[in-house]
Amino acid sequence: MNVAEVAGLTVRYGGATALDGVDLTVAEGDLVALIGPNGAGKTTLVKALSGLVRPAAGRVTVRGRLAQVPEGREMFGDLSVDDNLRLGGWRNGRGGRDTTEIYRLLPALDGLRRRRAGLLSGGEQQMVAIGRALMARPDVLVVDELSLGLAPLVVTDLIAHLRTLNAERGLAVLLIEQNARLALDLCRRAYVLEAGRIVLHGPADDLAHNQRVTAAYLGGPVR
Amino acid sequence: MSDFLGYLLTGLGIGAGYALVASGLVAIHRVTRVVNFAQGAFAVVAAMLTSSLLAAGLPHGFAELTGVLTAALAGLLVGLVAIGRPGTTPGTSLIITLGLGIFAYAIEIVIWGDQPRSFAGVPGVAVVGGARLQAHYLLILAVTVPVFLAMAAFFARTDVGKALSACASNPYAALVVGIDVRRMGLLAFALGGALGGLAGVLTTPVQQVTFDSDVTLLVNGFAAAILGGLTRPVVALGGGLLLGVAQTLIAGYGGSAYQLEVALVLMLAVMIVQASRRGAVPEPAR
Repeated sequence: MNVAEVAGLTVRYGGATALDGVDLTVAEGDLVALIGPNGAGKTTLVKALSGLVRPAAGRVTVRGRLAQVPEGREMFGDLSVDDNLRLGGWRNGRGGRDTTEIYRLLPALDGLRRRRAGLLSGGEQQMVAIGRALMARPDVLVVDELSLGLAPLVVTDLIAHLRTLNAERGLAVLLIEQNARLALDLCRRAYVLEAGRIVLHGPADDLAHNQRVTAAYLGGPVR
Repeated sequence: MSDFLGYLLTGLGIGAGYALVASGLVAIHRVTRVVNFAQGAFAVVAAMLTSSLLAAGLPHGFAELTGVLTAALAGLLVGLVAIGRPGTTPGTSLIITLGLGIFAYAIEIVIWGDQPRSFAGVPGVAVVGGARLQAHYLLILAVTVPVFLAMAAFFARTDVGKALSACASNPYAALVVGIDVRRMGLLAFALGGALGGLAGVLTTPVQQVTFDSDVTLLVNGFAAAILGGLTRPVVALGGGLLLGVAQTLIAGYGGSAYQLEVALVLMLAVMIVQASRRGAVPEPAR
């Protein structure tokens, strides 16, 4: 079953078309990558999935819960890490805002509970953003630009967490990435978005060897 | 010495009124980025209504509470008009609140006329450490202090309080986690209305109210709030008290004609200094 399904999605900002007839599915427990250059419409797709922009045409269907790790991490900078996490459970109601489970899943956050989120390092903030999204108890996690501005070691650690969450809890992940190699390594399936249209999709392994993908996103052919 | 203590306590009482108006401005500005020019009108409406209710024979306490709740409702209405339409910029909303503040004059004059009104507060004179002052000033402090403590607890301890702070800190992230930012803005306006209304009902027994009393309250409240960049409630509280004390001391030892000028000079000085550093109203840290 698909936890998230986008069919013929078109989004316009004023006269500009950001997305043009996009089809994309994320199945239960799936690991899906969405790659593409800056300005291709990736973040618009994230916003459409989260219901933050209205489609001009097409359908967005989300079965179960979808939570978003937004681009740029978007901390509540003046609030503590624990408050950031708590508010991630806002939709759950008062009974669903206990953060204990998140500290078990992401032990690195445990020592940072009382720290102001705005003062953390980029990697720590990304961890908080993931924890905050997990608070919503999602079936599918949409991660927008996980690696942006982070050191490679930090990214490796975060990827390992996503892999574990996927394997152990069946959490589906839609990873939106400029770093195509990273995304194709982690995910099973992938879509390539260019100028608002899906130009390629298929198993991640196939795309990793596709000439067009290697030339545009992986810095030349794979040896 | 006892003169000084008297001026100090009186000043704190007056300053508590400014602090309440200021914290209302801060509550609204933090969440919505709107400087609410109708803030003084909440105080006037609450005070006028309370005076009518008391004149009609309703008991103290009930009359004041009705005044404050009505001011909260007025705050909600101002909020609905000012930010209710999605996509309204804070600048546009500011002009709307200015318009509503002036519109309030018309309503107030139609209902209550243009003469000053007042009502009795705590009667008599209190003697504190040899200083004599109107006992009502002590009531102002006795109400304001717990109100500020309750507000601090509300923002620090409750999820709704945290959600309000979250909207102030990062409205986009608030949307992402499912907080209705517009509703939180309306809640902030209602809270601002209640705080303004409380200032009005508390200070009217020692300071008569007319339809245009809002200007004095707004100027003083804004001067106190701008000290903390319109985003820090505790600084606004301190600023309000300081302003009240400074004015009372100047009136006591100098001339009472200069009271409002103190606020204006302070406000301009703070804004010029802050603007030269980083803009008078800094964006909160992310």
